Amino acid sequence: MSLQAATLEAATRHRLRAWEALPWLAALGAFFLFPDYLAFGTQVLVMILFALSLDLVLGYAGIVTLGHAAFFGAGAYTVAMLAAHAGWNEPLSGLAAAALVAGLLGLASGWVLLRTHGLTLLMLTLCTMALLEQAANMFSGFTGGFDGMPGLAYRPILGLFEFDVLYFRTQYLYALAVLFACFIALRVLVHSSFGRSLTGIRENLLRMHAVGAPVRARQVLAYAVSAALAGVAGAVFAQATSYVNLAVLGLERAAGVLIILILGGYGRLYGAFVGALAYLLLEHTLSKAYPTAWQLGIGITLVLVALYARNGILGLVDALRRRWGAR
Amino acid sequence: MDLASILLGGLAAGMVLFVVSVGLSVTMGLMGFVNLAHGGFAMLGGYAVVLAMRHWGLPFSAALALGFVAVALLAALLERTLYARLYRASELDQVLFTIGLVFVMVAGVTLTVGPETQGVQLPAWLRGQTDLGLLKYRTYSLALIAFGVLLMAALWLGFERTRIGAQIRAAVDNRRMAESMGVDVRRLFTLTFALGSGLAAAGGGLGAEILGLDPQYPLRYLAYFLIVVAVGGLGRVSGVFFAALALGVLDFVLKVHFPKGGTMFIYALTIAFLLARPQGLFGKRA
Amino acid sequence: MQARRLWSGVIAAGVLAVAGGASAQTVKVGVVLPFTGVGAEFGQQVDRGMQMYMKLNAGAFAPYKVELVRRDSKNPSGAEAKTAVQELIAQEKVDLLTGFIYSPDAIASAPLATAAKKPMVIMNAGTAWITNLSPMISRVSFSMWHAGHAMGEAAANSLKAKTAVVGYTDYPPGKDSLDAFKRGFETAGGSVVDAIPMGGPGQVPDFTPFFQRAKDKKPDVFFVFVPAGDHAVSVMKTYTALGMREAGIKLVGPGDITQDIKLQSMGKDAVGLITVHHYNADLDNVANRRLVAAWKQEYGADSTPDFMAVQGYDGMAAIAHVVRTLGGRIDAEGAMKALKGWKYDSPRGPISIDPATRDIVMNEYLSELVLKDGRLVQKNIGVIEAVKDMCKELKAGKCAQ
Repeated sequence: MSLQAATLEAATRHRLRAWEALPWLAALGAFFLFPDYLAFGTQVLVMILFALSLDLVLGYAGIVTLGHAAFFGAGAYTVAMLAAHAGWNEPLSGLAAAALVAGLLGLASGWVLLRTHGLTLLMLTLCTMALLEQAANMFSGFTGGFDGMPGLAYRPILGLFEFDVLYFRTQYLYALAVLFACFIALRVLVHSSFGRSLTGIRENLLRMHAVGAPVRARQVLAYAVSAALAGVAGAVFAQATSYVNLAVLGLERAAGVLIILILGGYGRLYGAFVGALAYLLLEHTLSKAYPTAWQLGIGITLVLVALYARNGILGLVDALRRRWGAR
Repeated sequence: MDLASILLGGLAAGMVLFVVSVGLSVTMGLMGFVNLAHGGFAMLGGYAVVLAMRHWGLPFSAALALGFVAVALLAALLERTLYARLYRASELDQVLFTIGLVFVMVAGVTLTVGPETQGVQLPAWLRGQTDLGLLKYRTYSLALIAFGVLLMAALWLGFERTRIGAQIRAAVDNRRMAESMGVDVRRLFTLTFALGSGLAAAGGGLGAEILGLDPQYPLRYLAYFLIVVAVGGLGRVSGVFFAALALGVLDFVLKVHFPKGGTMFIYALTIAFLLARPQGLFGKRA
Repeated sequence: MQARRLWSGVIAAGVLAVAGGASAQTVKVGVVLPFTGVGAEFGQQVDRGMQMYMKLNAGAFAPYKVELVRRDSKNPSGAEAKTAVQELIAQEKVDLLTGFIYSPDAIASAPLATAAKKPMVIMNAGTAWITNLSPMISRVSFSMWHAGHAMGEAAANSLKAKTAVVGYTDYPPGKDSLDAFKRGFETAGGSVVDAIPMGGPGQVPDFTPFFQRAKDKKPDVFFVFVPAGDHAVSVMKTYTALGMREAGIKLVGPGDITQDIKLQSMGKDAVGLITVHHYNADLDNVANRRLVAAWKQEYGADSTPDFMAVQGYDGMAAIAHVVRTLGGRIDAEGAMKALKGWKYDSPRGPISIDPATRDIVMNEYLSELVLKDGRLVQKNIGVIEAVKDMCKELKAGKCAQ
C-alpha cells in the first residue's frame, strides 16, 4: 500500500460504511435462524466483547498482555458476589459496578506495570492475574473457589425481560445489545484524537515522546478503559451463565482471547468479530464431531494461519484483495 | 524443620526448572523468538524416555540420552522448515504459531499414547534415601542437584571458553554487530535451538518424577518456565541458573511454612522483583 | 472425504447412533465428559466403563435401543459443560443426561436439568451438596464424605491411631475430605493435629515440602487426599523417599491415592498403604471378576477398570433400569421414581439409591496394599456396609441447606 493510499484509508476509516451493518444483521438473523444455538451464540458474543477490549490495548496501544482475564474475572466476580452476598442482582447496574471495579483495577495495575515492556510486561500481567486467581481460591468462603457459586439469579433486564434458563434467548439479545453499545463507544474512542495518539505511540514511541505527548498517562488510560470493557464482558458472562468459578481468572481464558484476536487480526476492531466467530465455531464443530481429537484441528489451523497469513484472517483478506481486487 | 532439608528439596526442584528453561532463555535472547512450544519439547522428551524404557527396555540414562538426541533432531527439523519462516513476523504471529504447535503436540500425544499420566521407573540406585552423614535425604533429589551443577559447569565452559559460545554471547548482546563480524547467526540459532530443545527434553525426562508427565504438561508449566526466563534475564545462562534455584527454594520454603498461600507469594515476589529489576538478574538494561 | 466424515459426525455425533434416527423406541442419552484437557484420562475411564456395561449386558435395554451422544466438557470451568448440556437438550432432544467428572460441571448444569426436567445421572462429581441442587439429580458415584468419614472411623478403631495429620489438595473435594475425616476420626476419639493444604488441583505435584511438614509433627497416621490419578504416584514416592514409614507414620487415605490404573507404577514401596474406598479392581465377587476379565481382553492386559470406570458402568445400569421400567418412554417424574430406591449388584458389591437424597448407598472397603506374584494387590481387610453420604446425614456445612 502506498503512503498516499494509507493516509487516504486512515482518513476515511472512521466513516461508517454500509457493510458495517452486516455483522449486526447477521447476529440478529442468527437469533431467528438458530434458536437452539443461542447458549453457544451468547458465549461467542461475550468473547467478541472481551477480544475487543484486548484490541484497544494490544492493537491500538501496542501493549502485549497475557493477563487480561484478570479484568474479565474481576467483572464476573463483581456481579456474582454482589448478587450472592449483597442481594444486588439488578443486571444493568451490575454491569456498571463490574466496569468500575475492573477499570480501577486496570488503572492501578496499569500505573504500576506499564513502565515495563516486552517479556517482563508479559510476565507481570500474567503474575498479576495468577495472584488474583490464588486469592480467589484462598477466600473460597466468599468466592466459592473451584466449585464456584451456583444458581445465581438476576432480576429481569430493565424489569421486563426474564433471563431464559433453557434457551438463552434473553441472554443472547442482552449480550448483543451490550456488545453493540460497547462497540460504538470503542469505535468513537479509537478514531478520536486520543485513539490516534495511541496508534502514534504504538508506531513510533520516540516521536511521540519528542512531540511532548504524555505517553505513559495515555497508555495507562487506555489500559484502564480496556480493563473496564473486559470487566463488562466478564459481567455479561457471569449473568448469562449464572455461574462463576475460578476458571474466569485462568490462563486458558487469557491465552484464548489473545489467540482469538491474533487469529482475527488486531488493531482493526473487526478482527475481534472474525477471530471469535472463526475460533469458537471451529472448536465447537470439531469438538462435537471428534470429542477426543479436536485440538489437533485447532492446532493445525493456528499454525497454518500463522505461517500463511500476516495479521490474521483479516490480514489475509487484505492481502487477497490487494492481489486480485485492486484495479 | 532443619534448614538443610529445605534447601536440598528446593534446589532439586530448581534444577529441573533450570534444565528445562535454559534453552528457552538462550533462544529467546538470541532471536527474540517467543517460543511458547518450548515446554512441548520437554514433554516429548519425557514421553521418549518413558516409551523407550517401556518398549525397548532401555536403562534410564540411555533413555534420557535417546530423548535428548531425538528431540534435538526434531527441533532442528522444525526450526529449519517452520520456525525460520517466522523470524521476520511480528511476535504475535510467533505466539499464534507456537501455541498452535503446542495444541498439535498435546493432541498428538493424547491420540497416540493416551491421556493418562505416565510414570518413570527409576533405577534402584536412584531410589530411596542416601545418608550424607549429617542427614539422610532423597537420593533422586541429590542426583538432580549434582546433574544440574554439572550441566551448569559444562554450559559455562561452553559459553566462556569455546568459539561458538563466544559467538552466541556476541549475538545475544548485539545481533547486527555479530553478523557484521561474520558470525552466521542463522546457523548458530539452529544449533542452539536444537541443543536447547534437547536439554528441555532431558529435563522433561529427569523431572517426570517430580513434575509428573501427561499431555497437559506444556500448558501447565508454561508460566513457570517463562517466569524463570524473565527473572533470569533473556539469554543469560547463569541468570536462568540462579533464578531457577531461587524460585525452587523460595517455592519450597513458602509451601512448608505458609501452605495456605504458598503459590500466591511466588507470584507476588516475582512481580516485586520484576518491577525492581525489569531486565532480570543479569540482563542488560534495554 | 474428510469433510463428509465431519458432517456425518456432526449429524450422528454418537458412538452408537442407530440408523433411522430417534424413534419412540430409542432413548437418547447425553454424555458430558472431559475428553480433552486435565480430566481426559478420567473421561476415558468412565467412557470405557459405560461401553463395558453395554458389551457385558447386551440385552439390558431390550427391546429398546439407546443412543449415546458424547460431548466434551473440556476444562472444568462449568461454562463449557453448561453449553454442552444446553445443546444436548435443545438440539439433540436427549431424554437423560449423564457423565460429569468435575463438580463445577455438574453444579453449573444443574439449573438446566431442573428447567428442562431432564434426569441427570452423575457418574463422578463428588462435592457432597450437588444432589441438593436439583430434584432431577441422582448420583451413582460417591461423595467425598463416603470414604473420608469411613476412613476417619477406621483409623481410630481399626488402626488404633490417636493423632493424625491431614494433607489435602486445596479445593472443595480436598476440603470435604478433610472435614469428613476429621469428623469421623475425632468422633471416634482421635485428634487431628495439623491440616496442610497442598496447592490447587492440576498444580504443585512436588509434595516434598508438605510431607516434610507432616513428618515433623510425628502423627500416628497421615491422611492424604489428592485428586485421583494425577498425583497419586508422586504421593507414594515422596512418602517413601522422605522415610516417613521408618518414622512410624502410617499413610492412609481414600482410594483416590490407590487408583487401580496407577497402582503398578507406584512400585513396591507402596506395600502396607491402607485406604478406604468403594471399589478396587481386586474386589472378589462374580460381577467384578467378569468385568476385569472382559476389560483386559478389550483394552489390553496392562489396563484395568478403576472406581471411575465402575461408576460409568453402574450409571449405565441405572439408565437401563429407568428405560426398562418406563417402557422406553422417559418422563422426568417416572425416571426419578424409578431411580429412588433402585438396587443393583455392581462390581463394587450391592449398591442402592437413597430415596431421600437420591445419592448412592454402598459398601466402603478397608484395604491394604500387598505384594502378590510381583504385583501390587489390594487386600480386603474390612468392610463397612451400606454407607450413606454422611455430609447430608450429619447436615454438615453446606449440606444443611
